[in-house]
Amino acid sequence: MSAATASESFDVIVVGAGPAGSTAALLCARAGLQVLLLERGEYPGAKNVSGAAFYGSAILNELIPNWWEQAPVERYICRRDIAFMSPTTSVALDFHCAGEGYTTPPYNGFIVLRPRFDRWLAAQAEAAGAFLLTSTVVDDVLRENGRVVGVRVRREQGDIRGKVVIACDGVNSFLAKKVGLQREFHAHELSLGVKEVLGLDPTIIEDRFRLSGDEGIAYEYLGAITEDVHGGAFLYTNRDSLSLGVIGQVSSLVERRKRPYELLERFKAHPAVAPLVRGAKLREYSAHLIPESGWSMKPTLYTDGMLVAGDAAGFCLAAGLYLEGMNYAMQSGLAAAETAIEACRRDRFSARALSGYRKHLKRRNVSTDFRAYRHAPAFVNSARLQNLYPEVVASGMEQLFRVDGKAKRKILPLARQMMRQYQLKPGDMLRDGYQVVRAYLW
Amino acid sequence: MVMTTHEEKMRTVRFRVAATPHIVVDSEVCRDSGCSLRACVYVCPANLFVPLDDGGILFNYEQCFECGTCYIACNQEGAIRWSYPDGGYGVTFRES
Repeated sequence: MSAATASESFDVIVVGAGPAGSTAALLCARAGLQVLLLERGEYPGAKNVSGAAFYGSAILNELIPNWWEQAPVERYICRRDIAFMSPTTSVALDFHCAGEGYTTPPYNGFIVLRPRFDRWLAAQAEAAGAFLLTSTVVDDVLRENGRVVGVRVRREQGDIRGKVVIACDGVNSFLAKKVGLQREFHAHELSLGVKEVLGLDPTIIEDRFRLSGDEGIAYEYLGAITEDVHGGAFLYTNRDSLSLGVIGQVSSLVERRKRPYELLERFKAHPAVAPLVRGAKLREYSAHLIPESGWSMKPTLYTDGMLVAGDAAGFCLAAGLYLEGMNYAMQSGLAAAETAIEACRRDRFSARALSGYRKHLKRRNVSTDFRAYRHAPAFVNSARLQNLYPEVVASGMEQLFRVDGKAKRKILPLARQMMRQYQLKPGDMLRDGYQVVRAYLW
Repeated sequence: MVMTTHEEKMRTVRFRVAATPHIVVDSEVCRDSGCSLRACVYVCPANLFVPLDDGGILFNYEQCFECGTCYIACNQEGAIRWSYPDGGYGVTFRES
């Protein structure tokens, strides 16, 4: 480390240059604070993996107008396809919107590649005046009289003082755990995502997926695509590649003794998926954990001298219809930055002085969304929704559409037969219906 | 090629290998506890845990994704100790 950084003291030290950290650093630097942004990778994004569907365009547009004109984005998302799968059949909801804000600025969502996007975003924080230090692991915080007063990095003379530390160090957040803000996780609270980026000619992508220009589509899959493992799969169109992956709840992978990369191969071989990936060539394989349990795994969000944001705070919404992390990372990063800016202005850094974080998280709609959907993650990962209902829907449609010369049956007798065949109990279905209502309707 | 073996997948990933391992598996804990679940062997996306005949586990840290799944999945207290590799070392994703 250079003598300058070791001896200097910063207003704000941000740990982790992902979407939460870089956004927090950017806002703090713009407010005129001395900001240090620490990243353990060789460059920001080197350790980061997600789908990656980014639904935070409008949020980022507030900070950097028309950001997509200069950022490395792949395609904007104007189509979404959510499919229920059985081993042979797929029943999908196909959403296509050419309306305002989907195919026009600020665009509802973009597909991005994290090593490129995160690197660009960190560079924006740097341009705003933040000091970015890469290849730097933070091992612990510095404490004085029980207060966090900086960080200890794994370098010579590695103690760096800061008035506020914002921990954006990802799903495994060692910092939040070291400070006692976060407990150890259970295997049912986290999911493992394994992913491949497969190169494919842009003209083939556009023809095959019926896209024009910069349009992109996000496919999400539920059901037998992960066999009996609780999880799902995704396929996104990049400019000249496809991002696809399988997500499996860790406890469920263990119970079923399934290897994640074998599920990935089976996903690509599914009759509904194989034609989409035909001829594509593997460019990179990757894996990452996802904090899927949302509200229930939220840590204590602040203490004397420290705030937690992004995946480190469990701000990843895995609610079936929604699979969003980067936008909440940014929203919570902004909320943390606003809190830090106020604290620096008042020169007070106690937990009480930082308690405004709650208010900012609410105003930025982070806590409101996670609270509203707090029942959804458990429902999404429930056994019947995961293993039974997609199969029932797929097999029901299979029978409904089958023409074999026999008398057609109307839907009610067919439903009765399906209930018998799959041993569906009306009580369970009522309970699940109530879960849907509770998780999604109000 | 769309369908690939695990070895072919791993060949696409760039690692800068640190001199010292960031994850240490205490094979004695695996053996002494008689762990038959061996969750680490199945869940690791890089397939780095090799079960040994004596009940122990052999672990190769060089091609680790640093995802943390093994630590979350392991049900034997103290069997897996892990931190992050030194700054700039370990996995470096370029595309994902």
